[in-house]
Amino acid sequence: MNTKEYFKEQFEQSNVQDRNNLLDVVRRQAFDTFSKLGIPGAKHEEWKYTRISGLFNKEYSFGVNLTQDPLTQADIDAIRLPGHESANELIFINGRFSAQLSIVRSSQLIVLPLEEAARGEYRQLVEKHLGHSSKYQKDGINALNTAFVQAGIFICVEKGQVPDHPVFIYNVADAKAVNVLSQPRTLVCIGEAAQVQIVETFSTLGSQESFTNQVMEIIVEKDAFVEYYKIQNDKANAHQVSTTHIRQIGKSHTHAVTISLNGGMVRNNLNVVLEAAHCEAHLYGLYFQQGSGHIDNHTVVDNVEPNCLSFELYKGIMDDASTGVFNGKIFVQPQAQKTNAYQSNKNVLLSREASVNTKPQLEIFADDVKCSHGCTVGQLDEEGLFYLRSRGIPEKRAWSLLLQGFTMDILEKIKSPAIRTYVDGLIAERLEFRSHGQQEID
Amino acid sequence: MLNIRNLHARIDGKNILKGINLEIKAGEVHAIMGPNGSGKSTLASVLAGRKEYEVTEGSVDFLGKDLLDLSPEARAGEGLFLAFQYPIEIPGLSTTNFIKTAVNEVRKYRGENALDAVGFLRLMKEKMAIMNIDQSLLSRSLNEGFSGGEKKRNEIFQMAMLQPRFAILDETDSGLDIDAIRIVANGVNKLRNKDNAVLVVTHYQRLLDYIVPDFVHVLYNGRIVKSGTKELALELEERGYDFIRSENHIGEEVK
Ligand SMILES: Nc1ncnc2c1ncn2[C@@H]1O[C@H](COP(=O)(O)OP(=O)(O)O)[C@@H](O)[C@H]1O
Ligand SMILES: [Mg+2]
Repeated sequence: MNTKEYFKEQFEQSNVQDRNNLLDVVRRQAFDTFSKLGIPGAKHEEWKYTRISGLFNKEYSFGVNLTQDPLTQADIDAIRLPGHESANELIFINGRFSAQLSIVRSSQLIVLPLEEAARGEYRQLVEKHLGHSSKYQKDGINALNTAFVQAGIFICVEKGQVPDHPVFIYNVADAKAVNVLSQPRTLVCIGEAAQVQIVETFSTLGSQESFTNQVMEIIVEKDAFVEYYKIQNDKANAHQVSTTHIRQIGKSHTHAVTISLNGGMVRNNLNVVLEAAHCEAHLYGLYFQQGSGHIDNHTVVDNVEPNCLSFELYKGIMDDASTGVFNGKIFVQPQAQKTNAYQSNKNVLLSREASVNTKPQLEIFADDVKCSHGCTVGQLDEEGLFYLRSRGIPEKRAWSLLLQGFTMDILEKIKSPAIRTYVDGLIAERLEFRSHGQQEID
Repeated sequence: MLNIRNLHARIDGKNILKGINLEIKAGEVHAIMGPNGSGKSTLASVLAGRKEYEVTEGSVDFLGKDLLDLSPEARAGEGLFLAFQYPIEIPGLSTTNFIKTAVNEVRKYRGENALDAVGFLRLMKEKMAIMNIDQSLLSRSLNEGFSGGEKKRNEIFQMAMLQPRFAILDETDSGLDIDAIRIVANGVNKLRNKDNAVLVVTHYQRLLDYIVPDFVHVLYNGRIVKSGTKELALELEERGYDFIRSENHIGEEVK
């Protein structure tokens, strides 16, 4: 079946009619957009190197609760990140929030079904911010998520509140029986002077195809601080487009770290819109891909107001026949004088089959700004390798140490020691395994 | 211990070493002096196993083994150590972690058990005191942002930790003030015994006041053109390398 027709049928079945229901209105609009744009193909400027349209040749089940035997607490235990035993746990299964499996432990944290937030006291916030990412993600895949918003959530940290535990979001896809399309949706509002730590991860169960099309929109108010971690270590049958859209609407601070270690075709969109003067945003990313994995990080830092500082560093290690894309946009709008924006992307290729396409994109409309960008793609330093070997360290071990060293300046940006140790362990394990296998580069 | 015979080496098609002959016995200290570009670092690199240099002729015997046949790590395992003229910066790798890995890999090569945390710490404390090295330096990324002097001291510290049979010091003294030179020399002298040997590459005689050599060689244009005792170093200091140049037919002399 044609993709558009398939989704049209699904959309009509979901009965989105109510003109007085905010979500219905938003969804219908988004569906119209999707109908026009469809799934982005290789001709779309932003999707040149990441071809998701092919993945839609398969049929996916979605929208209904597919799970034959519902997931249990034991399933969740198996995918839980180590440490933070008292974290707040929000669990999505096949894109739908599961209140039953989720636990909110911090009294400073409000978690509501998005439908409820759109009807109640948070209606204005939802109306104002839900779907703002579409101004940056002008494509059918973003619209597709919005068109099918169902069982999404609204997270709020009210003015001055600091939840005593981080918020862990587990996106679980149950692909044991059928191919599954998951479309989790979250809107987060971080009130004035509030602080929160969000950690997101993705897990696919079973070996059928899993496609996750996720959108999270985060609003950061004056004097607020958000720490956001995305940890992707899923299987080769797990594909995803994961959009994180952060609006800093008051003078505030964002610290985002994206770690991508595994998966099939993975596309991340990270947008940070600096809508108030003196905002600060730090964006870090580390990807280490193997097999035929594909990792695409598209980032946008949009300086709307003056005197903002953004610092961005993404580093990649590409092994086997993996492919990578980095596209970093920095916009400096006419009134955003005294912008400081730094961007850097560094890649190491471990095999001749691996490749990276990296592209900084600066669009500067103000004159008094400091912007810099740089990217490198190369092999590891032979001099360093010789230095280590000359001290008795065998070649493969020396490689591992150099690669681990390469990841270090990103890893140390993970402020939670438990998460940092966990990620470091995953990398060390992979390097250890690699150093016992065949060496591609002599 | 080390026997270099008619060693020729080149890089990028350019012949650098043009027939080096040198024998170093256990217990000896040799110094190699010579003008910039004469091939001193090339000789050190070839001995340590840097693969960019191609050995076109000659042989090197180290403790009964064909040195040129061994990987760089095996050479270290056999007891060879090179203190680099320009130590490499390795971002993200802590100096302690690096040295611990090196020490235990070398022990493994020699069929010894890995040092446990306590044993390693004890060894490190002892050598840190000798080299006047601070803990804070060792927890930083290897050589990253180290001053010239810190890098050189770190090289000799590594040497002290690895306890090699044969150490080559490639201009370890350059850029060091006199106090630092004393510390470095003290570290080297602590290593000296009847079973070990040291090859000191230097421009200046002053290091040799502290590490007194048994033999001094002059390397010029890829060949050892003159050998002597420590007095030769003094003579070079006084008269410069020109007197070597002015001695005629250098090329033929050493054929
Ligand atoms: N990687 C290289 N490529 C080309 N030439 C080199 C390289 N390394 C050294 N050389 C040349 O080899 C010669 C000897 O260099 P080197 O061994 O460093 O001398 P020294 O240590 O005595 O100053 C010099 O002429 C230098 O330019
Ligand atoms: Mg030199």
